[in-house]
Amino acid sequence: MNPDRREFLGWGAAAAAGAALAPGFRLIELAQARSPQEAASKLQRWGLLIDITKCADCDECVTACHEENGVTGHGRPATDAQWIRKVNLRDKRTGYAQTLPLMCQHCEHPPCVDVCPTGASFKRDDGIVLVDKHTCIGCRYCVLACPYGARSFIHEAVSGQKADVPRGKGTVESCTLCVHRVDRGETPACVEACNKDGGKAMAFGDLNDASAEIHRRLKSEPSSQIRADLALNTGVRYQGL
Amino acid sequence: MMRIAAAILAAVLTLAAHADAPKIKIERGEACVAPTAQMRRDHMDMLLHQRDRTMRQGLREPRFSLKNCVDCHAARETGSVLGKDGFCSSCHEYAAVKMDCFECHTPLRQKRVAARP
Repeated sequence: MNPDRREFLGWGAAAAAGAALAPGFRLIELAQARSPQEAASKLQRWGLLIDITKCADCDECVTACHEENGVTGHGRPATDAQWIRKVNLRDKRTGYAQTLPLMCQHCEHPPCVDVCPTGASFKRDDGIVLVDKHTCIGCRYCVLACPYGARSFIHEAVSGQKADVPRGKGTVESCTLCVHRVDRGETPACVEACNKDGGKAMAFGDLNDASAEIHRRLKSEPSSQIRADLALNTGVRYQGL
Repeated sequence: MMRIAAAILAAVLTLAAHADAPKIKIERGEACVAPTAQMRRDHMDMLLHQRDRTMRQGLREPRFSLKNCVDCHAARETGSVLGKDGFCSSCHEYAAVKMDCFECHTPLRQKRVAARP
């Protein structure tokens, strides 16, 4: 038996096994909220869907993010850390203006992870892209590699950090998708603020969960990725762009 | 002669050991995650192990969590594990072992302390 034939027969057997399962029975259970003793799972992929036609002219998401994560600046916008920012777009010909929040896009194939020389920049199994500051040497390759300019370097000593969000001089940081809140089963601070005081433009959820609203909307409504040409398969999607 | 020298050396060492020995104030030592002797020897390994599990896998187990260490051991007055008689700093200064934890992590207690009985 040649290898191709053997492989083909293998696939046939697998397909038959799949078809034999009773409807409604899953070999792998759908992802649910994790307990603290349970590791992040590849079954999940956390993401955001941002409808920028609803994005109001406010910065509730930015304020909430920086409050939640204890991101404080020194009044120097060129070097202060920025986890999320509002970007204003304007069509030069027609004058049509739009505004949108931009943060780490939590790519499936993150360039920041590719370039990191120490492995500090990594993607967690559930799709959240993080910096392990214990191994970050502050080389800032990832800052340059990120096409979204999502990463910041901490230039000065930090004090008054939040207990869940350690931050320190000489390391790179970016949006963590509020990983400490997600692990507790909550939504990121920006999404919560947008739905409370903002334009209700942001939705958070598991892109792999067929019962999640974000999954349903992505399946039935048009959406886009920023710089889709780079084929990074971002976890943050936009509508109305 | 040798005996006298040894006696003097022993006396000096005993004095040195007792003169500056850190006064470790254990705020809530009755229910630590491991016996005191093991904690003194192995706490850095426990923290290192837990650190990677939490960071990389998202396992936020409470047992060896740095946050919980600080919540129990922060000084009542300052609410911190650092400072002159801080739980961490007093010993680390004595042993001249630099710790990096609190360059990024907060040394302050998050939970409110129950009133002293």
